[in-house]
Amino acid sequence: MDFARLKSQPLVWILLVAVLLAVVLSFLSPFFMTVGNMTNLSKQVSIVAILAAGQAVVIISGGIDLSVGSILALSAVVIGALIQVDVDPALAALAGLFTGTLAGFVNGFVITRGNIPPFIATLGMLGIARGLALVITKGVSYQVLVPFFLYIGNAKFLGLPIPLYVVVITFLIVAVMMHMTVFGQHVYAIGGNERVARLQGIPVNRQKVKIYMLSGFLAALAAVVMTGRLAATPPSVAQGIELQAIAAVIIGGVSFVGGRGIVVTALIGALIMAMITNGLNILGISSFYQQVLIGIVIIVAVWLDNLKSRAG
Amino acid sequence: MPNPTPLVEMRHISKHFGGLQALTDAELDLYPGEVLGVLGHNGAGKSTLIKILAGAEFANEGAIFVDGHEAHISDPNDARGYGIETIYQELALCGNLTAPANLYMGREIHTWGFLNKKAMKLEAEKALSRLNIRIKSLDVEVETMSGGQRQAISISRAVHFDTKILIMDEPTAALGMEESRMVMELTVELKKQGIGIIWISHDIHEVYNFTDRITILHGGQNVVTAPTREFTQDEIVSMIISGRRVDRADQPEGV
Repeated sequence: MDFARLKSQPLVWILLVAVLLAVVLSFLSPFFMTVGNMTNLSKQVSIVAILAAGQAVVIISGGIDLSVGSILALSAVVIGALIQVDVDPALAALAGLFTGTLAGFVNGFVITRGNIPPFIATLGMLGIARGLALVITKGVSYQVLVPFFLYIGNAKFLGLPIPLYVVVITFLIVAVMMHMTVFGQHVYAIGGNERVARLQGIPVNRQKVKIYMLSGFLAALAAVVMTGRLAATPPSVAQGIELQAIAAVIIGGVSFVGGRGIVVTALIGALIMAMITNGLNILGISSFYQQVLIGIVIIVAVWLDNLKSRAG
Repeated sequence: MPNPTPLVEMRHISKHFGGLQALTDAELDLYPGEVLGVLGHNGAGKSTLIKILAGAEFANEGAIFVDGHEAHISDPNDARGYGIETIYQELALCGNLTAPANLYMGREIHTWGFLNKKAMKLEAEKALSRLNIRIKSLDVEVETMSGGQRQAISISRAVHFDTKILIMDEPTAALGMEESRMVMELTVELKKQGIGIIWISHDIHEVYNFTDRITILHGGQNVVTAPTREFTQDEIVSMIISGRRVDRADQPEGV
């Protein structure tokens, strides 16, 4: 049923690349395939992966969300500020999630009502959310030393770190939304041809607002995990992480023009990036090279995708 | 026409865009099971008149009646509610989606927001075979199909949801000869089902052979509305250009 669609997707290829990379790295270094390093890797990848899930939905709809790093910081700061005044941690986490979702709603509202391109609207939010995070904290970092967040950041469940569960559940839910619901169908239609989607009676504006709310919500979810890992909420956290999330989506083979690709590949894209960083660290290669290599991987990934689609 | 109530009556329609008078007191009737050709050169007002019926424009004056009852059409969804669908010359499909996904776009079959893909595929199969449209696989994206196949999918989508009135705006303009023929055969099939069809085209030959009646617009006003065969092709062309009704020598004056 969906097999034809899956087969035409780069999922199989990207998975192959990821496995190959893992095999090569495990041959190059005995430390790569250790439990310790895998735990480390899954923690490293979790933040970018959660953001990439939302970013993938946005990009499939033909948009872009540059504000996720800033929304993450703002949500984290809201959590940190509430913890400072002894608010219940679970309530603080909910307030953080609400903040991120609200920021996403503002993005969607500006894009649809103001008729402002997503790039511009979310670029504006990138500044606004980061600025608000600095205003709230006056630039200082709050400590968050409550068990609730320390558990999320550091504890394990059945031998696996908690952030990994958050990532897996996030991707499961988003994948179900994208492939089995009316909402997902509309995202693909809007990304495929927005004018046609509107003409055929899809509530394009309402769905777009939902898309950016989802991205904002996931940025806030990443903030909850991040707060747990850092045990603090520095307002300058996650700067430039939106570009990593976008890179993960692109490496995963989601088309930048919209309408094509599946969300799960973004997870593998994020894994590949994390493996490159992690692998070079283990091999003792200067971290300066990491950025060069990831830059090359992004371009090569898209280039290979072009070659493949030209070949039919 | 033997049918007493027209499917659509547009009466005294006027429309201006700022200072530009696009339509003045224009009229249109459409009966069940007929193909009405709407003719006129660019700027004659034909597309404005049709857009008003399709809900894409709003008339400044005048009234629209559907099945004898006044209809208030202010957007495409209103028009759809009255059983009015439009086929555009540019193929109005999402190329990245399958035929069933396109057929049900915006009106997906679902329970609690979860798609019922099986039901949509089954219904799409039925809808396409009812119109004798042959498509190899319903699982492939429509952009891999030919222009004719895609237009056929557009048409089957348009008539799938209890459509009574079908507006076809240059439906063959983007198609080759063989594919145009396929679309016309499809239209004949729809005619048999009692659907009223408004056919807009620049191809006089096509209009002459294919429509039952024509209405010619010029400068935003009706020049003539009559059975197509009352005139020759040359006379029709001359009326489109001059905007004056041709008086037939073999007809008594004043008819």
